[in-house]
Amino acid sequence: MKKVAIIGVGLTKTGRRNDVTHQELVWEAVKSALNDAELEIDDIDAIIYGTMDNFDGISSPERFDSIALGCGRGNGKPLMKITTGGTTGISLALAAYYHIASGLYDTVLAVGVQKVGENVEAQQVLNTAVEPILEKTFGLGAIHAAAFQASRYKSTYKKNIEDYMCKVAINNRKNALRNPFAHLKLNITDEDYYSSPYLVWPLRLLDSCPSSDGAVAIIFSSSEFAKKHSENPAWIKGLGYISDSYWWGTKSIEFWDNLAILSRRVFRMAKISDPLKEIDVAELYNAFTIQEIMEYEAIGLAKKGEGWKLLEEDITSFHGSLPVCPSGGILSTNPIAASGLIRVAEAALQVMGKAGERQIAGVKTAIAHAWGGALQFHGLMVLSNE
Amino acid sequence: MSKPLEIPGKWEIEYKYATGPYISKFLEGLKEKKILGTKCNSCKRVYVPPRMFCEKCFIELKDWVEVKDTGTLETFIVVYRKFYGLPDPPYAIGLIKLDGASEAFLHYIGEVDLSNPEKLPDILKQGQKVVAVWNEERKGSILDIKYFKPL
Repeated sequence: MKKVAIIGVGLTKTGRRNDVTHQELVWEAVKSALNDAELEIDDIDAIIYGTMDNFDGISSPERFDSIALGCGRGNGKPLMKITTGGTTGISLALAAYYHIASGLYDTVLAVGVQKVGENVEAQQVLNTAVEPILEKTFGLGAIHAAAFQASRYKSTYKKNIEDYMCKVAINNRKNALRNPFAHLKLNITDEDYYSSPYLVWPLRLLDSCPSSDGAVAIIFSSSEFAKKHSENPAWIKGLGYISDSYWWGTKSIEFWDNLAILSRRVFRMAKISDPLKEIDVAELYNAFTIQEIMEYEAIGLAKKGEGWKLLEEDITSFHGSLPVCPSGGILSTNPIAASGLIRVAEAALQVMGKAGERQIAGVKTAIAHAWGGALQFHGLMVLSNE
Repeated sequence: MSKPLEIPGKWEIEYKYATGPYISKFLEGLKEKKILGTKCNSCKRVYVPPRMFCEKCFIELKDWVEVKDTGTLETFIVVYRKFYGLPDPPYAIGLIKLDGASEAFLHYIGEVDLSNPEKLPDILKQGQKVVAVWNEERKGSILDIKYFKPL
């Protein structure tokens, strides 16, 4: 298999982007990535595109977004569309990697886009992904699934887990203040957290991600191409994806078993034996505060049921020894199908030393993660500057 | 440049979902206040609601069992916010493992005071026994069980 690098990253401003159409938002990300890599659209061999159609109220938006991807130029580029829920963004990165590692292509443009702000209620859209005969009637969306995790974690491991969820809520929103591409920028206190209303107990408004519009584009290339065209690429050292059952009763709710298995696989590939020491930045998919804590445990940064200890010691804050989501994470910005690829973009910017005000000093190794489905899918990628 | 505009949109699409032979039999059972599941003869799991195949052993399930309408609450959540297009709050949902079943399933938890969220851990507990409260009028739907209440 060929080695694969990231040589260009393009993020858009996020939030309610009603200043542009779907197509225009995609074009903004694509132009930004091409500028970053100092390439032209015709330098790209293949395109991987992802979105979750019904959030934006358009079926198959790749039909007209295609022109923003350079497909209207009449040069016959292959275009693959990917739709895997919350993991869509990381699936795009994995697919881009496979395209190049296989030796079939030299340069691949991966693009994720979502306009969650275009719908009236994201949870209503998420409810269309629930099993229609036995479960949909209970009104479940994504927050309900995360609330089950928080409730079960609370009764199994830590009665006052909300005191640590509060720290996650504050850390991420403070980090977003340094990120010009973040949606929510909240300088919040403990008091703000505890006065924030419950949406689905035990989760409060401040435990939850926003509904964001945003897009991201990343240019992946072979090592031959990267050596010619990039002074400072981010190298992909390990990656993988894992799946599990849909049904609630079949998987553990308070611990992410399958993410633990995936992490062991991916870290073995990347030759990481002690993730807490060897990883310098982690961009985790923390759509809800409890999930960041559960991800610490599954990824092997803490023991089962003890993820909150990292917060007690401030290890994962911006100035800690392993900053988690210096970007502000999903808790600050969630254009759903783009979010996983934004994690990869942020991890790449960190190892390239191009993360601006949110740059962590001396980053050699960074990881990007996303979860999706009914708490059942995970993707993980390890990036390095070597 | 002119000020950007927004135009309204709406998806109104109707569907009819096939319930298949296994869930159909389960829903028919609910009309008679019977809760049916299927058993895997390889791993001995009892699936309620029933399944056509065991997701672990990957074999077809042919043996039907009836389980009790009592069970154990594995975990619960309480919806306090009105989400447009979804049921009105407040309401509690639980993952309930019925006595005789191997795995939990989803249903409402009723007859519980939800007025003070801070008191919820004292009112509902992991491992608590619950019992089904049946609807008088049953139509062959998961809502033929109105909710489960603490025992």
